[in-house]
Amino acid sequence: MKRTDKRALKRESIIQVALQLFSLHGFHKTTIPDIASKLQMSVGNLYNYFSSKDVLAKEIIKYTSEVLGDEIRLINMKSISSEEKIHQIVEVYFTMTIEKPEMIEYFLRVYLSHREVFKDGCEGMTCVSGFMTEIMIFFDDGVASGELRNQDFFSAFGLFMGYLGGMAFLQGEEILPQRLSAYIDDTSRNIYYALKSEG
Amino acid sequence: MSKPKVIWLQSISCNGNSHSFLNHSELFGILAHFELLYHPLLETPYGLEVLFEKSLACDILILEGSFRKEGFKKLGEEVFNVAYHYATLAKHIVTVGSCASFGGVFQAYDPEAITGFCFNGEQPTPLYEQFSSKLITLSGCPIHPKWLSFVLMSLAKSLPLPLDSLHRPEELYASTVHSGCSRNEYFEWKVDAKQFGQKEGCLFYEQGCQAPFTAGSCNKILWNESSSKTRVGTPCFGCTSPSFPKKGLFTTPKNMGIPASMPTGVPRRAYLTATGIAKSFTIPRLEGRLFTYEMAQKD
Repeated sequence: MKRTDKRALKRESIIQVALQLFSLHGFHKTTIPDIASKLQMSVGNLYNYFSSKDVLAKEIIKYTSEVLGDEIRLINMKSISSEEKIHQIVEVYFTMTIEKPEMIEYFLRVYLSHREVFKDGCEGMTCVSGFMTEIMIFFDDGVASGELRNQDFFSAFGLFMGYLGGMAFLQGEEILPQRLSAYIDDTSRNIYYALKSEG
Repeated sequence: MSKPKVIWLQSISCNGNSHSFLNHSELFGILAHFELLYHPLLETPYGLEVLFEKSLACDILILEGSFRKEGFKKLGEEVFNVAYHYATLAKHIVTVGSCASFGGVFQAYDPEAITGFCFNGEQPTPLYEQFSSKLITLSGCPIHPKWLSFVLMSLAKSLPLPLDSLHRPEELYASTVHSGCSRNEYFEWKVDAKQFGQKEGCLFYEQGCQAPFTAGSCNKILWNESSSKTRVGTPCFGCTSPSFPKKGLFTTPKNMGIPASMPTGVPRRAYLTATGIAKSFTIPRLEGRLFTYEMAQKD
């Protein structure tokens, strides 16, 4: 294995461990020594990869955005209707919420809750562009094909992702009476009915 | 050495390209290199009657206006037939303006029958195969006078004239109208123009500007040697494109806020990623007016 590949793998493992700890214990309660200890590496060595906890936090949000964006990109590239795409996006999101809860938890409980950490270097869409770009492409394709109603991007985005984020939050709080996967069909249908073109 | 013989023949036209050419700052210096046998507005040795007898020689045929095979006559003769006759004689055919090139504005009257001479939009007409080897397309509404003088002088001097797939000279049409626009900084940072006619802001996001996906040199070879549509705060209407004219020229068609047409050759993912990031930053220098005039107080 090349040295650069090895370094990239180590970097990703740091991100994944930090992601779990931040999501589990909160951003402020998790320290760099905690992360280093879990990885069985020295604090000094970890700083060779990320110069501060804030820098690491920003890299994690980029990482999670890319992972989710890559999943949606695969859906966007399929020759299927917007209705089917909505169903598949909801399925991907809910599956991730169950199988990799730290990814969604990090977004909801760290990224959205600690804006002071992200205000420099993660302005606006800069750290979530991997995900946002794919959502834009999904909407653009849907309107271009006539299946979705043309409207302001953020009113559609808020409806779609706000809904999914809300469901993920309820899942995280263990409030939902059924398994999250049981809500995929109804959630997808609600989103589609709200976004589809009139007539 | 004899000068190339030029005929300028108009079909269904508003005279726009003729008028534009009359604005050339060196019109007569350019024409001195040619023997202009007929022009609808300039004084020439022959009139329309002689031209329509189909008895003139012709090296360069300049065609202006849209064409229909039947139903557009002058002196009782179908203009199309006269154009066809001289097209077979000419060494070069130059279609000036988007009407002669692609069908243009007049096509809306009868889209089935009215076309450009060798193209219908971007589709070749039946004449294309016959004349493509000598066809030069100068699309625009109107064309810039210097586009034509560039082509004419290149032909007179037998200089190479590389053409694109629509037979437009690459020297004039290889880049987009966006190239050279004085608003590029606003495009880069995604700062919209707040209204028409101002110096500030990019017209692509709201005001319908088609410059990023329109081939042309309007912001490099300036109009009246000083300006362009976008420089004075009016959107580019895409007048050099085979699809000209589109409707709603002052509004950007969008799908949920995303421009329906991307800048030429830019993948949509790349565009959305780059603009999404650019939009995340506020550049105070680009947000307000560059300067304002203090109006003198009237007594």
